[in-house]
Amino acid sequence: MLSFIARRVLQAFVVMAVVSLVSFSLFNFVGDPVNNMVGQEASREDRLQIREELGLNDPIVIQFARFLGNAVQGEFGLSYRIRRPVSELIAERIPATLELVFVSALVALGLGIPFGVYTGIKRGTFASSTVLTVSLVGVSLPTFIIGIGLIYLFAVYLGWLPSSGRRGVEEIGWWRTSFLSIDGWRSIILPALTLSLFQVTMILRLVRAEMLEVMRTDYIKFARARGLSEQKINYGVALRNTLVPVITIVGLNVGGLIAFSVITETVFQWPGTGLMFIQAVDFVDIPIMAAYLCFVALIFVLINLVVDILYFVIDPRLRLSGGR
Amino acid sequence: MKTATFLKGAVLAAALPMLIGAASAENVLRWTSQGDALTLDPQSQNEGPTTAMNQNIYESLVKRDWNLVLEPGLAESWTPLDDGNWEFKLRQGVKFHDGADFTAEDVVFTFNRANAASSDFKEYLKTITEVKAVDDYTVHIITDNPNPILPNELTSIFIVDKGWAERNRVVEPQDYAAKQETFAVRNANGTGPFIVEQRLPDELTVLVKNPDWWGLEDQPHNIDKIEYRPIKNAATRVAALLSGEVDFVLDPPLQDLKRIEAADGLGVKTVNQIRTIFFGMDQGIDELRSSNIKGKNPFADKRVRQAMYQALDVEAIRRVVMEGQSFPAGIITSPGVLGFTEELDERLPFDVEGAKQLMADAGYADGFSVQLDCPNNRYNNDENICQAAVAMLAKIGIDVKLEAIPKSEHFPKLQNRVTDFYMLGWGVPTLDSAYVFDFLYDSEGSWNVTGFSNARLDELAETMASETDLDKRAAMIAEAWAIAKDDIAYLPIHHQVIAWGMSDKLDMPIVANDSPHFRWARMN
Repeated sequence: MLSFIARRVLQAFVVMAVVSLVSFSLFNFVGDPVNNMVGQEASREDRLQIREELGLNDPIVIQFARFLGNAVQGEFGLSYRIRRPVSELIAERIPATLELVFVSALVALGLGIPFGVYTGIKRGTFASSTVLTVSLVGVSLPTFIIGIGLIYLFAVYLGWLPSSGRRGVEEIGWWRTSFLSIDGWRSIILPALTLSLFQVTMILRLVRAEMLEVMRTDYIKFARARGLSEQKINYGVALRNTLVPVITIVGLNVGGLIAFSVITETVFQWPGTGLMFIQAVDFVDIPIMAAYLCFVALIFVLINLVVDILYFVIDPRLRLSGGR
Repeated sequence: MKTATFLKGAVLAAALPMLIGAASAENVLRWTSQGDALTLDPQSQNEGPTTAMNQNIYESLVKRDWNLVLEPGLAESWTPLDDGNWEFKLRQGVKFHDGADFTAEDVVFTFNRANAASSDFKEYLKTITEVKAVDDYTVHIITDNPNPILPNELTSIFIVDKGWAERNRVVEPQDYAAKQETFAVRNANGTGPFIVEQRLPDELTVLVKNPDWWGLEDQPHNIDKIEYRPIKNAATRVAALLSGEVDFVLDPPLQDLKRIEAADGLGVKTVNQIRTIFFGMDQGIDELRSSNIKGKNPFADKRVRQAMYQALDVEAIRRVVMEGQSFPAGIITSPGVLGFTEELDERLPFDVEGAKQLMADAGYADGFSVQLDCPNNRYNNDENICQAAVAMLAKIGIDVKLEAIPKSEHFPKLQNRVTDFYMLGWGVPTLDSAYVFDFLYDSEGSWNVTGFSNARLDELAETMASETDLDKRAAMIAEAWAIAKDDIAYLPIHHQVIAWGMSDKLDMPIVANDSPHFRWARMN
């Protein structure tokens, strides 16, 4: 058990190192940040001077070594764009992203599971084929079109919800939350819905497939033979057995939601880490880009690690084989 | 009858508190644009959105009105002295937001601050050798040579309080290699019409009225509070205006202007921007990097440059690419800049046949190939303009390969001089042609990537910098423009247009430098 975990942790470190190296070498191709940092009047000498001060003239290997050395101490430098410490910026932005991801995961589960069960049981009815067709929208339309569509419908045409931004924010210590006010909830609805649509579709289809599988098994027949009510069979017995893969997938997807909230956050001007990343890309704000990519890699690695360990705990076969 | 009276009474009774409420309610102006100010430090970033924010908080000695004519700011008057230096008489009784008095000491301090290595405004002050406080309200500015446009250059220098800067350890702007954020990045203490109440970068900035502002009597704005929320996505920005969540959008995309016009209670204001878009060609190098012509440079031949000029149908670009929102240009500077005239702005006629003839005369009847470098996220529809130009130049046999890339990759190509043919847009903050000659035409100009070099023009650029006789100076500018235009060193396309989308409730003049001044705003 211990050696298994140690091996996984070691692998996680290797993944982190590779991701940071790859992302860092990409920065050679994103352009020159200095141009964005000074006015058009700045002289050639000034520009060269700034490049020198920022260490941009050093070979990429040296820049990377310096970055790693600072990163392990939690020091990511100062944003080129807004001249504030990157670690502070990420800490400031992460609550917005996590709250958004939390709500959209709830929406995904709240819509995906009931509809999945329904379409799994009532196969071939008009209602369930409608649900399945509509759910395709979630995977086939790009997020920014869905987002803009929702904004025009609910904010411009109906005027029910704010079109963008995060309102009604209150502070609890350093955590800035929008969960404590009506305004906050009103402003999180549209972005959370947009972000969750893809997940809704996926969970719905997963649950449906699992339900179809489970409904054919002997213990369902046995449950029927015992005269249990349909309600109890569907939700008490069948659903519970479908949930194991669903929980695994949802767990893994939370990482994806955090990483891919970039587009949703941009469309809705949601002040999270994704929006910060896009702004950094436009400006060639290398410290923020580097820190953000490492941060996302870290989240994926951590979630995978937890899932791996959970499997180990859940599945006795892994334990017998020593986790090889 | 009775019911009607009763109803009237009821309506009145219901309306009364509303009316009273309206009279005492705050006028809150909510606005948005693509990008937030990068910092509140007034000497750290010479960048449009940053200046647009800071000019409502800080003030300069000399300001501009909404027609961009110079007007007194923190200086009540300024006069050139006999020795070529300048005397500035400061406004008395002005206070900074924290209550400190504004005096000559603060002016001297600010000029030192703006000259620090980490300042982005050094270039504006490069003629200044010393700033002297003669008494509390008189300042002498000593220059190396007489500088006739010094007051123009000072409009960009916002005055900072010495005591405040020293207390908060922001005597110099933050330097590039710094490890810590400085106090001035998110805090401000100016003399201007608005005071920073809340600053959450990239999220929300709240300014409130400065009730003690000295200019309130002459410029009685009625804005109590300004809420700024940047919205990066253009469609979302327009949606926020359409839904009434903001009163003012600084940068609606051109294709949405008709839609905003058509909406109830919204309107669009447009004006030509102080920025001209043009193509540059490397005519100084022996052989182009990207051309099939070896051993010589087609751009070195003026006939080729003229042929390309006359092959560009800028009217079609205006109509089709820009949706009517541009002014075709004859020179590479815009109306509003000293030295611009309608005659200079006349273009050579669009003439494909004539252009083909010129190409043949120059020995390029079969044309040649070349690469065009173009930004795709800097100017209005930049990439589409380049695509249109590619098709137009193909008609005279020039096979243009288009490379449209983000600005952060495009501009280094210009600075490192590795481009044959490129797009550039040029704004003129000083509103004086000398700025264009210095950077774009002078042989040594830092943005002259064309290799263009003309001894007479270099001489004019140098002498006009210190010519104090304004008539003589105007003649120099005119001569320089004549040379520049005749040589076709650049291919002018158009002057950009600024469009502001705003609610009918808001009355605010549009300004050609694209900076909103809320001291001129009124809400009803």
